[in-house]
Amino acid sequence: MAYSDKVIEHYENPRNVGSFEKSDESVGTGMVGAPACGDVMKLQIKVGSDGRIEDARFKTYGCGSAIASSSLVTEWVKGKTLEQAATIRNTQIAEELSLPPVKIHCSILAEDAIKAAVADYRRKHGLDEKEDEAKAA
Amino acid sequence: MTNHFELFGLAPAFALEAEGLERAYREIQSRVHPDRFARAGDAERRASLQWTTRVNEAYRTLRNPVQRAKHILELHGVDVAFETNTAMPAEFLMQQMELRERLEEASGRRDPKGLESLRAGLRAEKRVLEESIADRIDAAKDYAGAAGLVRKLMFLDKLDAEIDLAYETIE
Repeated sequence: MAYSDKVIEHYENPRNVGSFEKSDESVGTGMVGAPACGDVMKLQIKVGSDGRIEDARFKTYGCGSAIASSSLVTEWVKGKTLEQAATIRNTQIAEELSLPPVKIHCSILAEDAIKAAVADYRRKHGLDEKEDEAKAA
Repeated sequence: MTNHFELFGLAPAFALEAEGLERAYREIQSRVHPDRFARAGDAERRASLQWTTRVNEAYRTLRNPVQRAKHILELHGVDVAFETNTAMPAEFLMQQMELRERLEEASGRRDPKGLESLRAGLRAEKRVLEESIADRIDAAKDYAGAAGLVRKLMFLDKLDAEIDLAYETIE
């Protein structure tokens, strides 16, 4: 199956690969996995004092599309607020990377990873998720 | 939906004796195989081909533990959601990531001993997991509760296949 140019570009030059210290108060960690392909994805966000995501890291064991999806998301979330980051949808990722239908689950994985990272950060800080959703709406 | 167990006259259970399945498969295969219908009419030859395909598919499904479990769950209306359920327990995912890191290191070092130890640990874990799945499905009849375990087994299978690939690349 042919990968799109954007997938290949992210696969060959992945952005923001690596890890933050999980226990750091300013870090939110999302771990997700896709049984269908055995992919495992860790996505972390670092939130600044202004409540915006100042940096992001990922580590993904999976196919090119899964790596490209997580790489893209780490780029997208920088500078965003938590509520903005949580509104990223897999369809936007799939569209940006021109993923074929059989690889849509890779974009679902990336969406779930950023949501999990945001939820982890909120849990650490006792933030109410509903409140954020209301603000985002 | 088609019940693959019925085709072989087997009770639908996760704990399945490989020899029993093998025997039933050979027996049916010998009755429907296209070789037996080489001189028969078009309709019979076509039917023989269809049966052979069906029998092979059922055999492949039942022989593989993940596919067998998935089939039993589906017979009971439970979707294993391999494609869409990404929320595995965090410790499990962490462990999967560590195992993949170890695999990456071992294949980077071209270290067959490292791969061997990884594989031995994985096989042991698969056995334990398969026993738990048999408990859930066959004894407790808790099909929904088995789904999470089957998804775990899927990850372990994939890692097993990746170890195979790593062996090939370092040889």
